[in-house]
Amino acid sequence: MLLTCFFLLLCLFTCPATRAGSMELIGAGATFPYPLYSKLFYVYWQQTGTKINYQAIGSGGGQRQLVNMTVDFGCSDAFMSDEALRTAPAEILHVPTCLGAVAVTYNLPGNPQLRFTPDIIADIFLGKVARWNEPRIIAANPGQNLPDQDIAVVHRSEGSGTTFVFTDYLRKVSDAWEKRVGRGKAVNWPVGLGSKGNPGVAGVIKYFPGAIGYVELGYALLNDMPVALIRNKAGRFVRPDPKTTSIAADIPLPEDTRVTLTDTDAPLGYPISSFTWLLVFKDQAYRGRSEAKGKALTGALWWMIHEGQQYAEPLHYAPLSPEARKKAENIIRAMSYYGSPIHP
Amino acid sequence: MRESRLTWRIAKDRGFRGMIIFLALLSMAPLVLIIFYIMRNGLLSLTWNFFVELPRPVGEGGGGISNALVGTGLLVLIAAIPSIPLGVAAGIYLCEYREKKLAYWAALAVDVLQGTPSIVIGIIVYVWVVVSVGSFSALSGGMALGIMMLPMIIKGTEETLMLIPHAMKEAALALGVPYYRTILKVILPAGASGIMTGVLISIGRVAGETAPLLFTAFGNAFMNLNVLKPVNALPMLIYNYATSPYPEWHRLAWGASCVLVGFVLTLNLSVRIMTRRWKVQF
Amino acid sequence: MEALFTPERIRSRKLSVKGREVVFQKTVFLSALFIVVLLLGIFLSLIVYSYPSLNTFGASFLFGRVWNPVRGTFGVLPFLVGTLATSFLALAISLPFSLAIAIFIGEYSREGWLSSILKQVTELLAGVPSIIYGFWALFVLVPVIRKMEIGVGVFPYGVGIFSASLILSVMIIPYTASMGREVIALVPSDIKEAAYSLGATRQEVITKVVLPYARSGIMAGILLALGRALGETMAVTMVIGNSNLLPKGLFSPSNTMASVIANEFTEATARLYLSALVEVGLILFLVTMIINIIGKYIIKRIRVGG
Repeated sequence: MLLTCFFLLLCLFTCPATRAGSMELIGAGATFPYPLYSKLFYVYWQQTGTKINYQAIGSGGGQRQLVNMTVDFGCSDAFMSDEALRTAPAEILHVPTCLGAVAVTYNLPGNPQLRFTPDIIADIFLGKVARWNEPRIIAANPGQNLPDQDIAVVHRSEGSGTTFVFTDYLRKVSDAWEKRVGRGKAVNWPVGLGSKGNPGVAGVIKYFPGAIGYVELGYALLNDMPVALIRNKAGRFVRPDPKTTSIAADIPLPEDTRVTLTDTDAPLGYPISSFTWLLVFKDQAYRGRSEAKGKALTGALWWMIHEGQQYAEPLHYAPLSPEARKKAENIIRAMSYYGSPIHP
Repeated sequence: MRESRLTWRIAKDRGFRGMIIFLALLSMAPLVLIIFYIMRNGLLSLTWNFFVELPRPVGEGGGGISNALVGTGLLVLIAAIPSIPLGVAAGIYLCEYREKKLAYWAALAVDVLQGTPSIVIGIIVYVWVVVSVGSFSALSGGMALGIMMLPMIIKGTEETLMLIPHAMKEAALALGVPYYRTILKVILPAGASGIMTGVLISIGRVAGETAPLLFTAFGNAFMNLNVLKPVNALPMLIYNYATSPYPEWHRLAWGASCVLVGFVLTLNLSVRIMTRRWKVQF
Repeated sequence: MEALFTPERIRSRKLSVKGREVVFQKTVFLSALFIVVLLLGIFLSLIVYSYPSLNTFGASFLFGRVWNPVRGTFGVLPFLVGTLATSFLALAISLPFSLAIAIFIGEYSREGWLSSILKQVTELLAGVPSIIYGFWALFVLVPVIRKMEIGVGVFPYGVGIFSASLILSVMIIPYTASMGREVIALVPSDIKEAAYSLGATRQEVITKVVLPYARSGIMAGILLALGRALGETMAVTMVIGNSNLLPKGLFSPSNTMASVIANEFTEATARLYLSALVEVGLILFLVTMIINIIGKYIIKRIRVGG
């Protein structure tokens, strides 16, 4: 019996050696781009044989696991703060991969197309507006039959880049929000239910009459859920879709692309849009990583910002603008292995 | 008057008995309902493809749970290999050296460990293994499950060994068999089915655990046999898919639940049969 | 059987019998020691990793009602309330059922087809994984509770303390039931017969003689069930509503100590945030440990004393 145990153990531990063949990368982070990434990594695996295992545990998780060096790349729709970058063990780069819109979705009988002004949204999530047939909502939606029903707010239960983008928008358009709640990946929500991940929030709203929440656009559309038109800075009621998202990004970008796009000045742009970034360490020679791994990572990133962009629009994400792509290319080129660039 | 008092008491007696039977029967309802719903929603998903295919990306139909099945098997194997010998050895100590001080503290530790919430064990294995090794892995997930299996195996072994009549041990010793051989070759085999029961129960318990895997095994969209890499598991798959808004994923989750519940029920029934056989022995 | 101690065999052995004896004894000793060391290690790690939070907040952590990762203020009161509310409510709901099972199997019908079915069902209930309970509760129980809440006039969340307590109560039925059955069956027949001979009905014997006699065992079963309820994670996480605010009422969404860890652990980026979560784990560990020790102590006294 001892002999069989020994053989089993032997087999288990020689497994790593025999599996030197296929390259595997591990990534963790936002649920925001998960539908796109799961498609991209599946296609990439079919084309190149490289397995990229991505787990959508939330943007906060992505940042944390990268800093802990337990994953090859993190993914976040909230860029890391200056302080977080300062305290990280090594320099971290943000590679923008696509753009997405945070849509406000809801569950009402008949799926009416609603319009919201910024102050209405802020007050709903602050708990100040509690019923669907409140005068302000009716005023913004003439002709709609709004029920006399409680509004059930749904938000994220864990640290989320989607929350970061949404609260960033709210604090720009509402002083009360800035004072009471502020911006963050996980905030002290005044009202509402929490659910895990974009899928969790969409899941709750879909089956819960009277609910309202914020999700990445794709999650709402893939589930036939209505999305609200939101009045942007220029006064237009804009629908979230890849075009209006791209327009919102049509602003000058810093070299490291760490910028929020909410409450955009662009007159036709959707006011709650955001980049989503892949976070990697600048120098890939940490913790004994092989050069091959660094190459695999830069290769995958390069593919994602070029060939991978074609998969964005069908899934309701916006591809990178030419300028954003150029900046992304520069950032990938800055990645090095022991100082020498990997992808020149 | 005495008669009416008596009638009342008899009525109370009947009523009480009725209520007890009613409540007892009602408490079976949840189990029946759970099995019913799982079967109804999940049985249809159990196609051949379901068992051999990998999960597909969001929005595409089809796909299966093959990586989760393999992952659960791998995790249980990694958990069982160290835990069974360790657990049996500790159980032997608790039985044979009952009077020693260490036995008292070890027994206490086993009780506390058994009652420790699985999420706390997940935290511990995360800080001990995942952070220091630098990666999520099937190994860390297996370790977390192994820690959870230990108390059940230890208790099962201890209680089994305590039930074996002293006469057996004394007879072997009287024949000149050394003490260690008595335990290993006489007592242990006699209690084998009882110990096996403890092992099977612990496997059943641990195969369905999700919480400790959240921070250790991490999950994997692909098939993985490498113990140093993350791996998917049935309970994790069910959790992720159940909380998503996609109906195809819900369907997969029901099917996976079918498999998991079927596995646990089968395990329980086999334990029952083994116990019956074992109990007859003495 | 071949002789063990012929001279040739003794000479040819690599390790003498005495040596093997020592190896065996050392192995079992070390295994038992390992368990103690493991537990101490768990306890120490929890303290070490929650130290930043312990240091920053001290005792105010226990009473702090604000859990705000943005501002860095953490207090465990909302989760303490959520945990205690769900656990005790679950106990209250499950008690009539588990006692009924215990009384039926222990007193009315020790053998018999119905009681063996009940025994089997109770064991199966204990064996169903908690994720399955959570999944089923999310899709079957929650819509029903939602309709009920509309009928009662409460906000139709569907999820919340009540839903979590309901599914939790199903999960803990087996613990009180099996412990209760054991002690009820152990009640000596002579005191029961004495009561019968005085003219008591079955019901009176059960309520006035058996149950009081078995009181401490039932108490132990309740404590074990409580210990289980306090630490339960997955099923609760899926139906409790995940709100970090202090719950206002029975139907409010809430969070328990276990579910907040499950939700937020992988994403806690700041050191203080992470250590606050570990401290929640530490508190959970201590609470369940105390409850379990008390429960096991009572059981030991019953089993030995009789």
